[in-house]
Amino acid sequence: MTEAIASSWSTGTVREVERFGETYVRLRLEVADRHDHVPGQHYVVRLRAPDGYTAQRSYSLASDPADPLIELMVECLPRGEVSGFLHDVVEVGDELELRGPIGRWFVWGGEVPSLCVAGGSGVVPFISMLRYARRMGTASQLTIVASAQTRERLPYIEELEEFGAFIALTRENHGERVAAHIYPDELAELSTGIERAYVCGSAGFVSFVGRSLGEAGVPSDIVRVEQFGATG
Amino acid sequence: MANFTRGFTGGARRGGDTRLPPGQYDTGATWPVLTAELAPTIDLDTWTMTVDGLVEKPTTWDWRGIHALPASSYFGDIHCVTTWTKFDTTFAGVSVDALLEIAKPKPEATHVMATSTTGYNTNLPLEDITDGKAWIVWEFDGKPLAPEHGGPVRLLVPHLYFWKSAKWITRIELMDHDEQGFWERNGYHDRGDPWLEQRYQGDA
Repeated sequence: MTEAIASSWSTGTVREVERFGETYVRLRLEVADRHDHVPGQHYVVRLRAPDGYTAQRSYSLASDPADPLIELMVECLPRGEVSGFLHDVVEVGDELELRGPIGRWFVWGGEVPSLCVAGGSGVVPFISMLRYARRMGTASQLTIVASAQTRERLPYIEELEEFGAFIALTRENHGERVAAHIYPDELAELSTGIERAYVCGSAGFVSFVGRSLGEAGVPSDIVRVEQFGATG
Repeated sequence: MANFTRGFTGGARRGGDTRLPPGQYDTGATWPVLTAELAPTIDLDTWTMTVDGLVEKPTTWDWRGIHALPASSYFGDIHCVTTWTKFDTTFAGVSVDALLEIAKPKPEATHVMATSTTGYNTNLPLEDITDGKAWIVWEFDGKPLAPEHGGPVRLLVPHLYFWKSAKWITRIELMDHDEQGFWERNGYHDRGDPWLEQRYQGDA
């Protein structure tokens, strides 16, 4: 694993902006003096007002480390100070203060067979893992489960389907699967042979999946979690 | 780059409140949950709290024993490195001073490692948990502390970023040197003073 911590702020230039309805915006940025990241790591984005006021939030990377740009998929939260700005205001060519990559716990470098369980935008770090695994030829080491209310609420759903991820939509059917939360027996089947599990989503989702993983027989000490809450 | 972000003036959350450390916002009535692990199930009949390492008298308290110590509470703000600050919280439990008074730190003790039942740990200078700056708490706003917030019992060191306030605390070991804990090994700052914005390794 690279020594992946950036101790200072740098500048990212927005190269691509794609908005998905009112919910998500995908930003692809070119970062000056970039350090390689490990799939699962995040960046901090800091916005600065003309009077010096700042607001900063952390966002997981969706991009493969070999991607010449870094990719963020930001969920726009109600009255989100940072996410709202990124969704509504940012344009190609804008420069943003960035710091990263950060975090050495919720990371996967292909070393162990792992189950990843995501709720909504919690899928973002797993997209980085998925892209990395594909490039390295280690996709068989990675099982991804992604849950959301509807297709529209699940970013990267086509890429997940193509990878063979297990999709659990809770408010509409997905193929043969009738709308429902993830069942413990589904997790039990998907967790066969895993040595590690990653769960990323809202605190409520993580708590729910944690309990289900326990019922599925996954020992809690191999579970790594990352939650997000009312941050915006 | 320009010395500000084009088009950004600050959103609904900017308040200019002098109680907000730099880069923090007021999370209001909510209390986000952030952990690296799943919340464990802790049996109060078998839970213990130990203070050991460089002390004259290594001591272990059970749930009843720790409640027999003088009650102490904290009223004030808490600050998470993920940039939320929660104002006017009330926690109740015992002061860490009460434990140290019994265990008696040796003169060479300079740092501590606080450890959870899950194995999570975090390092602190001894002086950051003495003289009324730290608590072992089991109540939040008059109710038992919820498991996802570290219940039944957690460390509370409110003047530092909240990852230092180890959830599900079970042990404080006194040491004569500093040693990195879980988040510190994973990129976060060794001390974590929110007023100095000591968020990550490399911050001043």
